[in-house]
Amino acid sequence: MRSQSRIAFYLLLTPLVLWLGLLIIIPHIDMLLISLRERISFGVYETSLTQYEKALTEPLYLRTFARTAVMSVLATAITLLIAFPVAYYIAKMAKGRLQQVLFMLCLIPFYVSELVRTFGWMILLRETGIISNLLQWTGLADQPVELLYTDATMMVGLVYTSMLFMVVPLVTTLESLDDSVVEAGYDLGGNGLSVLREIIIPHAMPGIVSGCIVVFMLSLGNYLTPTMLGGKDSLWFTEMIYNQFIVRSNWELGAAFGFMLLLLSSVIVWGMLRLTGRTLKETMG
Amino acid sequence: MTPDLECADLVKQFGETTAVDNVSFSVPPGSFFSILGPSGCGKTTIMRMIAGFLDPTSGDIRIKGGSVLDTPPNKRPVNMVFQHLALFPMMTIAENIGYGLRRRGMAKPDIARKVDEALDRIGLPGIGTRKVDELSGGQKQRVAIARCMVLEPDVLLLDEPLGALDLKLREHMKVELKALQAAFDTTFVYITHDQSEALVMSDQVAVMNDGRFEQIGTGQDLYYRPDTPFVAGFIGDSNRWKGRIERSEAGTVQLRTDTGLAMRASGADLAEGTAAEIYVRPEAIRIAATAEALSTFDNQLKGTVTSLLFNGAASRVLVQDDVGETLEVTLPQSGEFASLQRGDTVHIGWGATQATCFGAG
Repeated sequence: MRSQSRIAFYLLLTPLVLWLGLLIIIPHIDMLLISLRERISFGVYETSLTQYEKALTEPLYLRTFARTAVMSVLATAITLLIAFPVAYYIAKMAKGRLQQVLFMLCLIPFYVSELVRTFGWMILLRETGIISNLLQWTGLADQPVELLYTDATMMVGLVYTSMLFMVVPLVTTLESLDDSVVEAGYDLGGNGLSVLREIIIPHAMPGIVSGCIVVFMLSLGNYLTPTMLGGKDSLWFTEMIYNQFIVRSNWELGAAFGFMLLLLSSVIVWGMLRLTGRTLKETMG
Repeated sequence: MTPDLECADLVKQFGETTAVDNVSFSVPPGSFFSILGPSGCGKTTIMRMIAGFLDPTSGDIRIKGGSVLDTPPNKRPVNMVFQHLALFPMMTIAENIGYGLRRRGMAKPDIARKVDEALDRIGLPGIGTRKVDELSGGQKQRVAIARCMVLEPDVLLLDEPLGALDLKLREHMKVELKALQAAFDTTFVYITHDQSEALVMSDQVAVMNDGRFEQIGTGQDLYYRPDTPFVAGFIGDSNRWKGRIERSEAGTVQLRTDTGLAMRASGADLAEGTAAEIYVRPEAIRIAATAEALSTFDNQLKGTVTSLLFNGAASRVLVQDDVGETLEVTLPQSGEFASLQRGDTVHIGWGATQATCFGAG
């Protein structure tokens, strides 16, 4: 009986071990090894830290690295600021059918591929696009306006792409907040701001943290939006990884970039958890 | 003396339905006032209007003589103990109790002192650093009251706060609430659907039904002298008959029930020939082995025991009379009826003053 249940345990464990091993651990070990070697001549490699040295000394690489980090944090913050009132409305103010409809409306854009959605933005914002034409027609602009290829456009795209992943955890945590707790907050003399700060936000903290982690990681690892909506100055770190692997065939440097990105996201997520005084276990479980 | 709380012609409509229909009452300072009624009768709506979460359709709410209709809930001198207490789970007990004081901008050391005083007052000193979910149901109850009482409100509203507790604790908390009210010397307005909570604790009880107050009075008034059939039926249990008045004089009526029993009851202003309803409480009926023992009672019947309903002190017997009606009679626990069995013949009787009569329609 005991040995049988043990066999069952290992059988159930196998897919997980295979998944982790084949798709995550082995490729990453390989990437780490690639990033730690230097090509001397054709087919001859030597172990060295040259790739990391290059990555950390070349101003373009470093600037892009820092820019990607800062912009992702900013995108996460903007997403949180926009998603919180939306989620609060859906979870607490809307009732019954309206609540379901609003939630569906948040979901519907995600039925369409990200590529198509990004093209949607391009149709709206390009020089010959709808908004440009509208501005000319109303006389607010006397020539075509190019709204694409700026950091602001890219930010709009990033926020739009991440919205749902912030709204869902927020709605879930806010729904579990008892209305009478909010009323008690007012009844005992609180105003809107203090109730928000002392009651609603502390209650929603698990949702805020998990939403922020997901949105931050999505933004940091986003490739499509920065490439299509960003300008020539808004280089994203993932674009650089792509360039090294595919365009330059410089797998060594690409792998080093990849590891720097992994390190960056780990450090920022850890920092976010430290800042809010939560553990990963609390947030995910 | 100015009443602490006064509601005048209060009306609240939700669309077509009238939840509160022209309710007026006033609560003198330092008293315990209860609103008792079945679920959905509008008592919570009254409470939420007093707290300020709902605006009345018409009428006025005055606290210590001044109208509070234009005062938002966070500025009203009333505080509320919610049905599920609504303690803030993200805060410690001390932070919970100190919340309202912090909102008033009180200095930290003063808050700490006030919180300690409040914890002493509710008999839970030293639990300030604990989390809400570490407390038992009764302790949470007391913390919820302390959280309101540190603000020294003019009126404390309590919305069925004992509903979530188990029976034993509820009995205990009834006594404790009454003691706390005396200790804080504050006006309590308590709403409940549990008549025993209302009767045990209150100085005054308002019985509410379908948006209206049926009667306001002390527990004794409601129990012994109900004004309306609803109150007679809602407070305590009753045996009921429908009948017609045969003779009426000086507050006493003689009537005949539809089943043919002649009966004497108390009921003023009922003309001969009008239809009436009679209410007799099971505990007002005396049970005896012989007819002689009941000779002093106005109404006497002979019947057969059809069922014994044992429930400790509240045990009853069902007695079927000659015309086939079943009456509930409280069984005295003094020992003389310990051997009573199904099928035994018994005599029952009650006085005219114990039978309350209302005109029916």
